[in-house]
This record gives sequence, C-alpha cells and structure tokens, in this order.
Amino acid sequence: MSAVQTPTPTPAPGAGPRASRAAGSGSARGLTSRLRLDRRYLPVLGTLVVLVLMLAIGGSRYENFLTDRNIANLFINNAHLIVLAVGMTFVILTGGIDLSVGSVVALSGITTASLLAAGWPVTVVVPLAVLIGSVLGLVVGIMVHVFEIQPFIATLAAMFLARGLCYVISLESIAITDESFVDLATWNVKIGDARVNAAVVIALAVVAIAFYLLHYTQFGRTVYAIGGGEQSAMLMGLPVARTKVLVYVVSGTCAGIGGLLFAMYSRSGYSLTGVGMELDAIAAVVIGGTILTGGTGFVLGSVLGVLVLGLIQTIITFEGTLSSWWTKIVIGVLLLVFVILQRVLVVRRR
Amino acid sequence: MTTAVPDGRPVVEMTGISIEFPGVKALDGVDLSLRPGEVHALMGENGAGKSTLIKALTGVYSIDSGRIVVDGTEHTFSGPGEAQAAGVSTVYQEVNLCENLSVAENIMLGHEVRRFGAIDWRATRRRAGEMLSRLNLDIDPASSLAAHSLAIQQLVAISRALVVDVKVLILDEPTSSLDADEVAQLFAVVRRLRDEGVAVLFVSHFLEQVYEISDRMTVLRNGKLVGEYVTAELPRLELVSKMIGTSLEVLSELEEAPKRSIADSEGTAPFVQAVGLGRKGSIQPFDLDIYAGEVVGLAGLLGSGRTELARLLAGADHADEGQTLVAGAPTRLRNPRAAMRQRIAFSSEHRKAEGIVGDLTIRENIVLGLQADRGWARRLPASRWTSSSTSTSRRSPSGRRTRTRSSRTCRAATSRRCCSRDGSRRRPSSSSSTSRRAASTSAPRPRSRSSSPSSRPRACPCCSSRPSSRRCCGSATASPSCATG
Amino acid sequence: MTTTSFAWQRVAQHRLFWPLVALVALLVANTINRPSFLAVTVRDGHLSGSLVNLLKNGAPLLLVALGMTLVIATRGIDLSVGAVVAISGAVALSFIASSPNPDSLSTVLVAVGIALALSFVLGVWNGFLVSVLGIQPIIATLVLMTAGRGVAMLITSGQITTVNSAPFKTIGSGFWAGLPVAVVLAAIVFVAVALLTRRTALGMLIESVGINPEASRLAGVRSRSIIWTVYAVSALFAGLAGLMISSGTMAADANNAGLFIELDAILAVVIGGTSLAGGKFSLSGTLVGVLVIQTLTLTVTMLGISPSVTPLFKAIVVILVCLAQSPKVRDVVAARRRRAARTPAEAAEVAA
Repeated sequence: MSAVQTPTPTPAPGAGPRASRAAGSGSARGLTSRLRLDRRYLPVLGTLVVLVLMLAIGGSRYENFLTDRNIANLFINNAHLIVLAVGMTFVILTGGIDLSVGSVVALSGITTASLLAAGWPVTVVVPLAVLIGSVLGLVVGIMVHVFEIQPFIATLAAMFLARGLCYVISLESIAITDESFVDLATWNVKIGDARVNAAVVIALAVVAIAFYLLHYTQFGRTVYAIGGGEQSAMLMGLPVARTKVLVYVVSGTCAGIGGLLFAMYSRSGYSLTGVGMELDAIAAVVIGGTILTGGTGFVLGSVLGVLVLGLIQTIITFEGTLSSWWTKIVIGVLLLVFVILQRVLVVRRR
Repeated sequence: MTTAVPDGRPVVEMTGISIEFPGVKALDGVDLSLRPGEVHALMGENGAGKSTLIKALTGVYSIDSGRIVVDGTEHTFSGPGEAQAAGVSTVYQEVNLCENLSVAENIMLGHEVRRFGAIDWRATRRRAGEMLSRLNLDIDPASSLAAHSLAIQQLVAISRALVVDVKVLILDEPTSSLDADEVAQLFAVVRRLRDEGVAVLFVSHFLEQVYEISDRMTVLRNGKLVGEYVTAELPRLELVSKMIGTSLEVLSELEEAPKRSIADSEGTAPFVQAVGLGRKGSIQPFDLDIYAGEVVGLAGLLGSGRTELARLLAGADHADEGQTLVAGAPTRLRNPRAAMRQRIAFSSEHRKAEGIVGDLTIRENIVLGLQADRGWARRLPASRWTSSSTSTSRRSPSGRRTRTRSSRTCRAATSRRCCSRDGSRRRPSSSSSTSRRAASTSAPRPRSRSSSPSSRPRACPCCSSRPSSRRCCGSATASPSCATG
Repeated sequence: MTTTSFAWQRVAQHRLFWPLVALVALLVANTINRPSFLAVTVRDGHLSGSLVNLLKNGAPLLLVALGMTLVIATRGIDLSVGAVVAISGAVALSFIASSPNPDSLSTVLVAVGIALALSFVLGVWNGFLVSVLGIQPIIATLVLMTAGRGVAMLITSGQITTVNSAPFKTIGSGFWAGLPVAVVLAAIVFVAVALLTRRTALGMLIESVGINPEASRLAGVRSRSIIWTVYAVSALFAGLAGLMISSGTMAADANNAGLFIELDAILAVVIGGTSLAGGKFSLSGTLVGVLVIQTLTLTVTMLGISPSVTPLFKAIVVILVCLAQSPKVRDVVAARRRRAARTPAEAAEVAA
C-alpha cells in the first residue's frame, strides 16, 4: 500500500525544550544564546545601536554636537514627548492605542493658562491640569472596556472631545505670567557644563515611576499579560478589566503631565498645540522596540525612541541646508526600517 | 493500572445542571461528582457537553438550573479567578498562558512574593522553582515561556494550579499535543497529585489513556448524562456504545468488517502521487500514493508531520522540493487554488479558524471556493437560491411545489457535487436525460422560455452554465438529490 | 397591530436606523432654523442652495470614505489618505504652475493624470507593505502619513502654490448639467464601486478576506491581490479627492490640505455600520455617515453656535453614535428584545 518514506525522527525521550520549537535564523539565535540575552531585548538593542550611530555620525560631522549643552537641550526640548511616550507604552503594551494624547496636552495646557490667568493658585492648578488627563483617560477606558468600543475609535472620539473643550475655553493663545509658575518653569540645576530644567527632572521621574510600575508591580505584569493574550490573562485570574481601564488612565495622566511640561516650555496655553503629537509618541514607541500587537516592549526603549526622534531634528538643524520638512520624511523612513526589522524578527521567531 | 477506588466525601458535587443557549440545550440535568484522591474521566463525543460542563463548574458560563457544591458549600463562581481561589483549577488544551512572560511569572502571577509592596523577583523565582521541582521539571524559572515545548508549557500550567493549593484539577484534553514520553511524564505528575489527595477531572478522547489513568468515568451524550461508571468495570466497546448511542452489536460488526484495499487490485494507477515532496522546516521529502476510491489514514505523533503533509498535498503550503503527480501528470500545487483545479480539496482541523468564514451566509461559504475559481467578475447567480422560494412553498399550489422543493434540496447541495461532469463535452442527446430531470427539478424558470425538455440542453441548475461547460462543477459523480429533486 | 409593530422592529433594528435618524434630525433642525435650507434654486444655469453646497463640500470626503470602507472591510486601515490628498494637489498644481500654458485643457489633463498615477503608485506601495510584507496596516500607512506631508512640502518647496487655470477650476467649482462637477464625479465613483462590489462577487470576496483571511486563502480566494487592490484604490480615490480640494481653493497647501480627512473618513465608515474589525461593509452606510458628518458641521454653524463650540458639539454627537453602535449596547438591546418577543409568542400559543 502507500508508504511514507523517511519519517521525521521523534525527539529523544526526556524533558527539555525541543530543538524544533525555537525555530529561527541561526545567527540571531546564536548571538542571543552566546550573549545570554533574552530575545525580547533585541528590538531595544537595535534602537540603542541606531542612537549610538547617530551620535557618532553627528559628533564626527559637526562641531559642538556632543557637548553637554546639546544633549541637555535634547532632553529639554523633548521632555513632554518623553512623558507622552511613556504613557503610550502602557497602552500599546496591552495591544491598544491612544490617539487623544495630543489633544489632552493642549487641553491641559490651556486649562493651566486660563486658570492661572484667572488668578487660581499654582498649587491647585498644577494637580488639576494632570487630573483632567486622568479623567479623560478614565472615560476612554470605560468606553473601551465596558462598551467594548475599539481603542482606535474610542480615543479618536476622546481626541475630538478634548480638542472641542479646548476651543470652548479659548480660541486664542493665553500667555502665562503667574510668578510661581514661571519660577517653576525656569528653575534649573547645573549638570556638568549644561543646565537641566524642572521639566526634564519631572520627565525622568515619570520614567522611573513607570519602570517601577511595569516591572515590580502586579499591575505592570498584568499589562504585559494582557498583551500576551487577554483571554489567557483572564483565565489566569488576573484583574484584566481593571487593568485595561487603568492603562488608559495612565496614558491620560501622562498626557496631562505632558501638557503641563509643554506649558512650562512655551510659557503659554494654546488650543492648537499638540496636533499630530500622538503620532510622534506612537512613532517613538515603535522605534523604541514596542510591537503594536502588544506584549513586548520596554518603557526605557520608548525613551530611546524619543531621543532618536529628537536627534533627527537636531541633526537636520545642524546640517542647515536641509529644510525642516525633511524631518518628517526621515522619521517616516526610520519608522519603516524599524517596522520591517520587527516584522523580520517576528517571522524568524516563528 | 489503577488502584482501588477510594470512597470519600465528594469535593465537587454538581446536580441537575442545565444550560441553554439560544436554540440549543447544551446541558440537560447533568450530575457530576469528584472525589479527592481520584482521577475521574469525563467522556463523550464532540458536542456532548464536556467543555460546557467544565465551564459551568469554573464559572465561565452561568447555569440555568441545578446546584454546584464545592467542599461542602454551595458555590456559583462568577469567573475562573473565583474558582481558582476556591481550589478549582483548569488546564486547557491550548494551555492559556502568556508566552511573552517568563516561566516564573506564568506560575506566580497573581500570587507573587512581595517585599515592601514591590515584587521580589528573586523570591518569586525561587518559589516558582519549588513548584516546578514538585513536578520533577528541571527548567529555569527565569526563561521565557515561549522557549519551551507545548508539553512543558502544560506542566507549567499545572504548576500554576499548585500555587493556589488546588483541590480539584481539571485537565481538558491535555494529551492531544503530546508524544508518548510526554504523556508518561504528565501521567506521572497526575498520579502524584492524586496520591496527594487532589481530585483530578480528566477529559480526553484517547480511550487507552483514559483506561490507563482514570478510576471512575462519567459519560455524556447530547448534553444528557448517560451514567457514572467505575473504569475497571466498563469494557471499551460498551463505553463507546454508550458514548455514541449505537448498540453494541453494530459496533462489534464494524470492528470485524474486512478492510478494503484498492492497491491490491492489479493495474490501478494512483490518482495522486507525491514524489520527494518536502518543505524546509516543516517536513522532509516524502513519497505517497493515493488511489481513487480509497481512504488513506495518516497516523503519527505530534510533530511527525501529518498536517504538514496534508497541507503540502492540498497546496495550502508551498513545497520546496519534489513534485506532485495528479492522474499521472506532474503539476505544481502552488496554492490552494491550483489544488482545487486538480480536484483536490482540503478541510482543516481548525474548523473555526481555517474552515469557515463566520459572518458570510452558509451559501456564500459553500460556494466561496467555486466563486474564487471563477474569478470575481462572473458571479454565481443568486436568484435561484433565495429563501423566499422555501417560504412560498407552503402557500404555493402543488404545481410549483416540486420546483421549490427541489430548489431547497439543490440549495443544500450547491457544492461541486451537484452537477455531473465527466470531463468530456456532453452531447445533447445524452444530456437530455439529465436535463429532463434537471428541467423538472429546476427552480422557477423565466416564463418566456418554452418548456420542451429535450429540445436543447438545459442549464445546470447549480451554476447556470451548460452541462457541457468545463467550468460547471468539478466532480465525477452526480448527486442523487439534484437529479431526482 | 402585531404585524406593524413587528415591521417597525425590523426597521429599527437596521444598522442604518440611528445614523439616518441623526441625519434627519439635523436636517430638520436646520430647516426649522432657516426654512430656505432645503430650498434648491437655479442660478446662472446651475443648481444652488445650501443643500447643493453641502453635497459639493462632502464629495471629497465621500471619495476618501469609499476607499476607506473597502480597506477597513479587509481588516485594514489607511491613515495615509490625508497625505495623499496633499501630495496629489501639490503635484497637479506644481505641474500646472510650471507649464507654459496653464489654461490649456491638455496641461490640466496631464496634471490630473500625473497626480492620479502618483496616488495610485502610493497606494500600491501601501498594499505592498501590508499584503506582501505582512506589516500591520496601521503602522504601514502611518509611514506614508508621516513622510507624505514632508514629500508634499518638498514638491511645493514649502510654499502654498497657487495657479490660475480655468479647466482645473472646474473640478472643484465647476458645473455639469446643473450639478457641481465634484458631486457628479463622486456620484459616478460611488455607483461604479457599488456595481463592482455588489453586482460581481468582488464584494463577497473582500468581505471574506476581512472576516477570515486564512480560511479565504484555503478556499482559493486571491487574498493578496484583493488586499493590494483595495489599498491602491483607496489612494487613487484620495488622489481624486485631493484634486477636488486643491481645485476648490486653487491652492496647494501641503500642510493643511486634507488634514484630519482620514479621521473623518474612518468616522463616516463606522457611523455607516462597517465594523473596524473588518468583514461586512456597507457603501450606503458610508454615504449616510459622510452626510451626517457634513451636515453636523453645517448645522452647528447654522444654528449660530459659536465656532469655538462646534468641535465639542461634533465630538459629543460622535461619542453618542459610537456608544449607540457599540457591541455592548447592541447586545443589551438584543437581549431585551428577545425577552420581550418571547412573552407575546407564549401568549399566542396559550391562546391558540
């Protein structure tokens, strides 16, 4: 009768991971096993390599590139984006997305400006600005989890809502002249040859808190678990519902903080700020090694992603001859390269 | 061999459980009792209600009637988390762990060791290691779960159950993806747990394994309870007869019926021949002959390549080397379409994921392949298959009833098997016999056409092309339901 | 009584019911505020009036939304349409501006051809990333969305290019047989897409690919070609919309042309009942969605609500529609309906 020749050999008896399971290209696997690295770190390492490369190229090409002041400026100019990217990381780790952060930045900023102009004390206004973000995040979380609306649409609606509220508050830019606030904004500390302001300190504090949350609390591990498989996380008995709502609250809170930082940076509140900022945040997160389907990624990687984006702008400024819209093109190309690399890694892993 | 059945107070007692979904009664007055220190098997065909019963116990589904008593107190769990807290843990066939986390996390998540509010990873990993060693598993708790085989992942899932001081361990089809050694490893663990006093509920359709490991069994059929039996006292054939409802005599006859063998007959050539067909990373080059009119079974353990082989033959995967010969002629089965043109069809084991397109209608699902082959431009006519014809059959006079009745049956058979084709152009004379039958059974015709049946070949009622068209349908045998209506 | 209530239930269950109710409510509100709203007069040999303007302004959005419907039906999304709109306008106007005779029909036709061809190529690029490389649609089209505006800026060298070209002006502002050209073009495209998807099997195949790509592939459906095609078509329609928009203002603004049009398009598709998860799509639903969005913007201005409140008003309506269409609400309503339907039937049985 029909016969099947050369059957595949059955695996050797005994426990142990099967060799055929971890399929993948020899080189990547060999490298990770030799360096005793977890494969999950590979994308972030890629980002780090790109960052180092850019610093090296910039340093060799231009003068004053690798100075303390330049690096400090990198952080100062992008402090708000760092905070946004951190919040976005939480959401993307669960497989969702938050399109409302740019509008919440504007809302938080203009609320701060208008309340300070109306004479409210700084000690009330600052927490309120952050709280606005949290409340909006809670609304989004409820829409996503209770009403089962897809995150894209829910956060899109929240984006319109936040922008709408901005316009109601004021159509014009409001300057911030409150003394305490200006003091806060101009406070700085000397590190090396350069100065770092409050915004950078706040941003780094947010990063540290996020790192702790993601790696040392059950909430953070549940975030990763949901990204790995929401159904599995639920069957494991983890508090999936609460966590799903909370990630949007976290993202909203970060957007509120980001709005505050931007207000400190621009010393004003304007309802048209933050247009497209959410896309910058998403790009930073993706470049930072977090995969959009969720489950893999690190908040430190997102910070690296923001720095990469900031460096692109810096390099183009230093180059001088290139018009600023080349920034957008380069960011798009870089995004593409990273996405293709991620895709190759995922395919190889299978 | 199983030890003597211990008698003790049941740790789980489900009585009169009924669950109804819209349109179907999934469970109807089912009882189940699990005793500590016993392996209890839950038996039944697909759709008998086994997984529904388990989901009722763990709180995934809410019960319409009946009561569940766990460890003396009546419970209605609202979800798996609550069930786990009460000591009822489930390990599913698909394992249901998070592959992107480490082994230690998968075991300990939800019950991690904390220090000053933060997770103490070293202590957590140590505790995970303790759980693993309880099952004799020697793997690194810090390693990623994805790096381990499914069998190991299953054992990790069982370790997770141990963390919460499990009283009842439910194993839902645990051995479907395991090879013989892994099954032995799993059974060793199950026996150890049983000896420690855990009640194990074992769901499987591998009868030998059930007989090897279980002490008692409960049989379900069509959502109803057939009975609870002691494993050692129920012969295999009797168990099968209780599961499928066929009498013992019929089953015995089937067992003894002689098997056919086509290849033994002289002069027959295989219909499909695989010569050195292989795919890198999937299956090594193989040869296979399949004859017309025979059933070829592929047996093997997980990873032996059965599904991969089938997929290569069906064009679902792309072969790297070798060739396929269909009716003697070499062909490249690059994709499912090419295979279907060679009249090779593939029915996947993952029915929901790969077999159906859920939101399309039944008709659209059935004709999807045919439509894809015709291309998007030439749409299969829908007019014959509207359900209004079936609804009017009640009111229509007897004359129209034949037509609508046949349109119903032909609608159910709007697969390629409906029309007849033998590959050659049909002559009008021979087609008149089928066309006369088709005419008498075809759906409402436009009134302008004359009704003389044999004057010209009738269109095939299924695909509205002439019977002589190559594109009509694709099989060698006519379905009787289409011909006679 | 029971038959009419049953009929009403069927009507109310239709997924377009609430969007149509919203549309009618908006139109009624507008008419109450200004009775001449619904009036269509003939002026200078063509139709004019608020309704006509509404349709003319909504034509580009309809085009983009049509393409978006098909893309979403295959379980994808196209965020780059705004950038394509900008690029299309930039290319066409730059060509016309740099040509020796901008007023000639042939120049305009060549410009239109180049713009549409380039849009098509960009769509093919998107389709390649998604169907061949298997990249997630949201990120694949995000690439073009980010880089595309930069490219458009490059083409216009950062300036807002303006031209004076009568033939080009007709695309956005001209009239054919009394109707605005934009409306006629959009209507032709709508009818063409409707015929192509519903008269042929293309619609079913697209839905099949969106509902279950793997099962469709195993059944022999050309998933890759279908996915590639819908992205190309989406970009092509966006290119046409870009020509309409830039023709309306006779300027190519690389920064602001088509800003947020992708979000409006996605909203229109969702309001029209097509699920973002792919599968069954509804072109007529998209049309209703586009009309709702256009009317909403118009209503708010007409009702004298200050422009600062307009976006908030729009946002609240959007949120309400999203909530009403959410799976949870639909499940609750269906369960309630099932419970209510059971008792009259049981009563009928007892009576019989």
